[in-house]
Amino acid sequence: MIKLQVIDKCEISKSVFELVLQGDCVNRFNTPGQFIHIKVPRNDLLLRRPISIAKINKENQTCTIVIKVIGEGTQAIVNTDVGQYLDVLGPLGNGFPSEFLQSDSKVLLIGGGIGCPPLLECAKQLRVRNIQCTTILGFINKESVFYEEEFKKYSSVYVSTDDGSYQIKGNVKTVIDQLNESYDAIYACGPTGLVRMVNQVYENHPHAYISLEERMACGVGACAGCTVKKKQSTGNLKVCSDGPVFKTGEVIV
Amino acid sequence: MSRLSVKLPGLNLKNPIMPASGCFGFGQEYAQYYDLSLLGAIMIKATTLNDRIGNDTPRIVETCSGMLNAIGLQNPGLENVIHEKLPFLYQYDCPIIANVAGYSEEEYVEVCERISKEKISAIELNISCPNVKQGGITFGTDAVIAYKLVKAVKRVSSVPVYVKLSPNVTNIVEIAKAVERAGADGITMINTLIGMRIDLKTGKPILANKTGGLSGPAIKPVAIRMIYEVSRAVNIPIIGMGGVMNEDDVIEMIMAGASAVAIGTANIIDPMVCPNIINKLEKRLDSLNIESIESLIKQTKEKRYE
Repeated sequence: MIKLQVIDKCEISKSVFELVLQGDCVNRFNTPGQFIHIKVPRNDLLLRRPISIAKINKENQTCTIVIKVIGEGTQAIVNTDVGQYLDVLGPLGNGFPSEFLQSDSKVLLIGGGIGCPPLLECAKQLRVRNIQCTTILGFINKESVFYEEEFKKYSSVYVSTDDGSYQIKGNVKTVIDQLNESYDAIYACGPTGLVRMVNQVYENHPHAYISLEERMACGVGACAGCTVKKKQSTGNLKVCSDGPVFKTGEVIV
Repeated sequence: MSRLSVKLPGLNLKNPIMPASGCFGFGQEYAQYYDLSLLGAIMIKATTLNDRIGNDTPRIVETCSGMLNAIGLQNPGLENVIHEKLPFLYQYDCPIIANVAGYSEEEYVEVCERISKEKISAIELNISCPNVKQGGITFGTDAVIAYKLVKAVKRVSSVPVYVKLSPNVTNIVEIAKAVERAGADGITMINTLIGMRIDLKTGKPILANKTGGLSGPAIKPVAIRMIYEVSRAVNIPIIGMGGVMNEDDVIEMIMAGASAVAIGTANIIDPMVCPNIINKLEKRLDSLNIESIESLIKQTKEKRYE
């Protein structure tokens, strides 16, 4: 358990907040796709909230998280004042594997809504390795778009909106079909529909990965609260400790 | 004898604190956070004869000062627990209490007979899991059935048997007396209270199992009341549990009539909660002018007759 100080906070789209957290334990943060498990600063809300890591800056010992306010817990976390501390476990879980990629590899990142942030650190780290990255970001409408400019620093970016109020009308699949390219690795995170689509379309791809969400309790693999069914055999995997990133075709979404 | 140590049937506890079954897996996950030898004992996740994949998700939902869970006894099954899970715990200087669950009397008997031959110190007979369709709680809500099961298990178990009671009954004292008569060496209480939450967008229960077991600080007053009542009605020791979050809760539970205390939901929020409570317990005894845990248990017993 660690304390991270909130050193910056801003609303980057409707009800979506970016928080910059600082602490020396950020030195242990490495793999994009891992998450931190944040204690809600309220005694009546017991369970921690699993939040993915959007940026890691070891020089400043900071990490950036993006939280969408969807209930009292997420509201209480974003209400934390700059200068206050959050009680955090982590980093937890397994991130996106990328050790197999070469400098001439081509990678596709697919993010939807609040699932986009963990792909940003991914794009940044791939850029450092000179790996060519294409990002597709899907949102409901123009007002909910965020991080387009951030992703543009490290990759070529396509944005789709369900209602067509910004850039390409449709969803991320519309863009995937338009691009019609092949990639050495695919990383996806977003709502269930998006993750399910990637899990099916790229089921037999050797290096396609999806990041899952589930109602979580302990976050360390002990309580078996956040399970997901295996595809190839009977039995479960735990989203918190076996995931949250899984290879496509490994689990039923 | 240290100030924190407690002696119970089959259990020489260096302190009265142990993680409760289901909230601690088989110990491996928490061994990354601290030396498990610090614990008074470990109650492992419920073990059934065959492996169980458990319920569909969502299995977890938060409630005010608590949570509902409906895991459904997911576990790798008796043989895997014996060969893959227990050996990891043998490296620690810490008694193991094996939680056993089943669908039928025959299953309980078979698992208890087999697992009691391993290096475990006691069995916690789980007759109170609210999240499975057969077995589990049906054995813990009827005094006659509970009596018969405990009697059968006692016949085959080579270690002391503690029976985990359900609070989802009209009269918990009646069940407690029945399991004592059947030969139970101790009681652990309370399991979770059955609850439900509805999703306002769909109008349907949030949990895939519809109902789940309520745990956390929300249930502590119920646990305290039930331990108080049962401890006055039976002569076997009680390991108390239900919403314990800190050292004050531990002392309160012992004052109610428990001889040791298990920590459940609190582990899920803070992996370090057990060693932290153990660290703070002596100081709290000092400030309350209590000599030792054993003396507190003795004093509490004497008060029963006042």
